[in-house]
Amino acid sequence: MPTLNHFLILSFVLFAIGVAGVLLRRNIIIILMSLELIFNSANISLAAFSYFLKGLNGMIFVVFNITVAAAEVAIGLAILVTVYRNRKTVNVDEIGDMKG
Amino acid sequence: MEQIFFYIFATIAVLSAIGVISVRNPVHSAFYLMVTLLQVAAIFILLRSPFLAAVQVFIYVGAIMVLFLFAVMVLDIGKEELTEAFNQQSVIAIPAVVVMLALIAYMIIGGKLSAPVGGYTDGILIGHGTEVLGKELYTKYLFPFEVVSILLLVALVGAIVLVMKDRQG
Repeated sequence: MPTLNHFLILSFVLFAIGVAGVLLRRNIIIILMSLELIFNSANISLAAFSYFLKGLNGMIFVVFNITVAAAEVAIGLAILVTVYRNRKTVNVDEIGDMKG
Repeated sequence: MEQIFFYIFATIAVLSAIGVISVRNPVHSAFYLMVTLLQVAAIFILLRSPFLAAVQVFIYVGAIMVLFLFAVMVLDIGKEELTEAFNQQSVIAIPAVVVMLALIAYMIIGGKLSAPVGGYTDGILIGHGTEVLGKELYTKYLFPFEVVSILLLVALVGAIVLVMKDRQG
C-alpha cells in the first residue's frame, strides 16, 4: 500500500507542473488548463489526507472543490470568448490594459 | 500490488501533465489533460473513494473538457499561435518553481500526521462509501451544499450575461 507521502509528492509534482504552465505559457486556454491541473492536485491531497485520517471531511471538500472548479471554468471560458471577440487574440502578453 | 498500480497511474499522470504545458496545439493539450484527469480518477479509486472517481470522470472529463474543446474549436484559436508559445519570463519562472518544489519536499519529508484519526475504516469506505458520504453531505454539510448550489446558479447566469451580445448597440 502506498503511504501518505507518495500521494502528497504526486500531488505537489502536479501542482508544480500547473504553476509552471501558468507562468510559462502565453495562450490563455492553456493557462486555464494549468489551473485545472492545480485544482486536481489539491483534490488528490485532500482525498489522501481524508483516507489516511479515516475521515470524510476531505472527500466532501473534494466534492465542493469540483463544483467550484466547474463554475470557474464556465466563467473563465465566457471571459475568454468575450476577450477573443473584442481583441482577436488569446495571447496574454497582448491583454495588458489593466497592468499597473 | 497496489504500489505498482500507484506508480503506473502517477507516472502517466505526471508525463501527460508535462505534455499539457509543453505542446503547442491547444487541442493536443486538452487531450493530454484528459489523460491526466483519468489517472487522477484512478488515484481516487486507490484512495477508496469510487464516488469521487465517478464524479471526476463525469464532471471533469465529461463536462469541463468538452467545454474546453468547444471553446477551442468555436474560436478557432488553434492555428494562429503555433510559434513562440513560451514567454520571456522562463528564466525567473523555472528556478522559482524548482525552489517551491524543494521547499514543499522538505515539508513533506519532515512532517508527520498528528490529527486525531476518525472511524471510517477501509471496510466501511469500500462497502458503503457513497452512502456515508451522501448522509454526511445532506445532514452536517447541508448549508455549504446550498451555498455551492447558489454559486453554480450565479456562475451560470454570469456566463450567459458575459457572452450575450449587446442588444441596444
